[in-house]
Amino acid sequence: MRNRPIDPSTVPGWGVDADPQNDPTYPMRDIAGDDSRGMNWTRPPKQPARVEVLTSIEYKARPAVVGTATPPRGVSGVIRRQAFKYSESQWAHWLMLMAADRVNVVEGVVDDLARGRVPNVPAEMGARAELAHNRSGLAGKLALTGAVIGLGILVSRLARAERR
Amino acid sequence: MLAMNYRGPYRVRVDRKPVPVCEHVEDAVIRVTRTCICGSDLHLYHGMVPDTRVGMTFGHEFTGVVEEVGPGVRNLAVGDHVLVPFNIACGRCHFCKQGLFGNCHEANAQATAVGGIFGYSHTAGGYDGGQAEYVRVPYADVGPCKIPETMDLDDAVLLTDVVPTGYQAAEMGGIQRGDTVVVFGAGPVGIMAARCAWLFGAGRVIVIDHVEYRLDFARRYCPAEVYNFRSIGDPVVFLKKTTDSLGADVCIDAVGGDAAGSALHTLMGTKLKLEGGSAVALHWAINSVKKGGIVSIVGVYGPTGNLIPIGNVLNKGITIRANQASVKRLLPKLIAHIEAGRLNPKELITHKVPLEEAADAYHLFSAKLDDCIKPVLVPPTARA
Repeated sequence: MRNRPIDPSTVPGWGVDADPQNDPTYPMRDIAGDDSRGMNWTRPPKQPARVEVLTSIEYKARPAVVGTATPPRGVSGVIRRQAFKYSESQWAHWLMLMAADRVNVVEGVVDDLARGRVPNVPAEMGARAELAHNRSGLAGKLALTGAVIGLGILVSRLARAERR
Repeated sequence: MLAMNYRGPYRVRVDRKPVPVCEHVEDAVIRVTRTCICGSDLHLYHGMVPDTRVGMTFGHEFTGVVEEVGPGVRNLAVGDHVLVPFNIACGRCHFCKQGLFGNCHEANAQATAVGGIFGYSHTAGGYDGGQAEYVRVPYADVGPCKIPETMDLDDAVLLTDVVPTGYQAAEMGGIQRGDTVVVFGAGPVGIMAARCAWLFGAGRVIVIDHVEYRLDFARRYCPAEVYNFRSIGDPVVFLKKTTDSLGADVCIDAVGGDAAGSALHTLMGTKLKLEGGSAVALHWAINSVKKGGIVSIVGVYGPTGNLIPIGNVLNKGITIRANQASVKRLLPKLIAHIEAGRLNPKELITHKVPLEEAADAYHLFSAKLDDCIKPVLVPPTARA
């Protein structure tokens, strides 16, 4: 079945109860500032594409200005490109992006090591602030980490002894 | 230049990165003089926002001196000291023309639902942010505002997000004279929302949180009645009882996806990430507001779904209003409030630390150590 354009003025009673005061979005949104209904404004000049920019499939045209930080790359980039085949309304889009973020963390560590840099994870996690302002909490975390590692070693030794 | 560098959830450091350049005719490059860590940066820091890439520089609250302008920039000149709204807005699209500068259609390729925001993941456009010595600022004629000569830089930097977001939270509440307003969350935005509720004529302002030092601060600064939800039993029942069983006229969610208070939401939203964050504050707001009341949301959630009692929104006839703050629209009014002494945002700043110590500042803010309310980072180029 084909849809044909409808002229609203031909619909009985069209607009009789229209009330400009009944606008719950005011003052956030001032509709008097715009009389267009579609994407027909004078668009800003388009930024030249310097790097790969993934674009939502919900756009009619790519926005004029884009961020160029950290373009997609590696395995996480492959996942991100797949994610952008789905609309923002699809859970698959967001779950794939979250998965890509986790893969990207591993890629970040590999990148660091490849450059000869061992990431100082405690410093990156703010260990100095923890030491200065939450010593008891830090001691608790260290004790818990030690206990978990100790338990792991114990379990693995017991398993090895069992196999013998 | 030095810049904050995201390495994964709960891991950031400061590294050297190339100085940004103008990539568009309407860009400017700004030398940062003050930059804050925002409560919503913690959602990124905690790994809750999809498409947060390793290597990204966060930071959407900053002031700086214009170092370079593109050939299409008319209103700014090299040397101007500006505050930069967190929204990136073209100023001419369907939405900008309606004053919705937080919803610009020409600034974020990755998502139509989200405007462009500095340093806020690729879901908000993939722009590096201002927690650096220099930052690229697109549409430089639209967002940046020259800082009035009489204004303290610490007040100015809080005009980029905290003050307008808090103010708009109260504004969206449609507060009428004598209304009871409940603000969930005593972070900087919640505190500012409670402070601004008085400007709209509120008759009673209540702040709910579970961090005692923040509640103490809110009690003095806003001023407001404050309650720790860990010591009042069911907060919804408590709020009903304290409002003659009817509920508050206006409830403001100034927490977003990092809310504590419900094991279910913590598991689903924070740990498993199957919700767009833990929606405890929004849940309580919907159930605590009066029938026919208004819930105003400025807390940030992820783009997936959330478990909230939407049936009660219908049955109680609640109006929900929400948006990223339209900073540019609000700036003239807020500058006037600060100049008249009605608002004093710089009192929120509890920690001013060198940019190089960003990792410690993030942890301090996230773990709520040393009575931290608002940390500000100062780059070395601004200390010279």
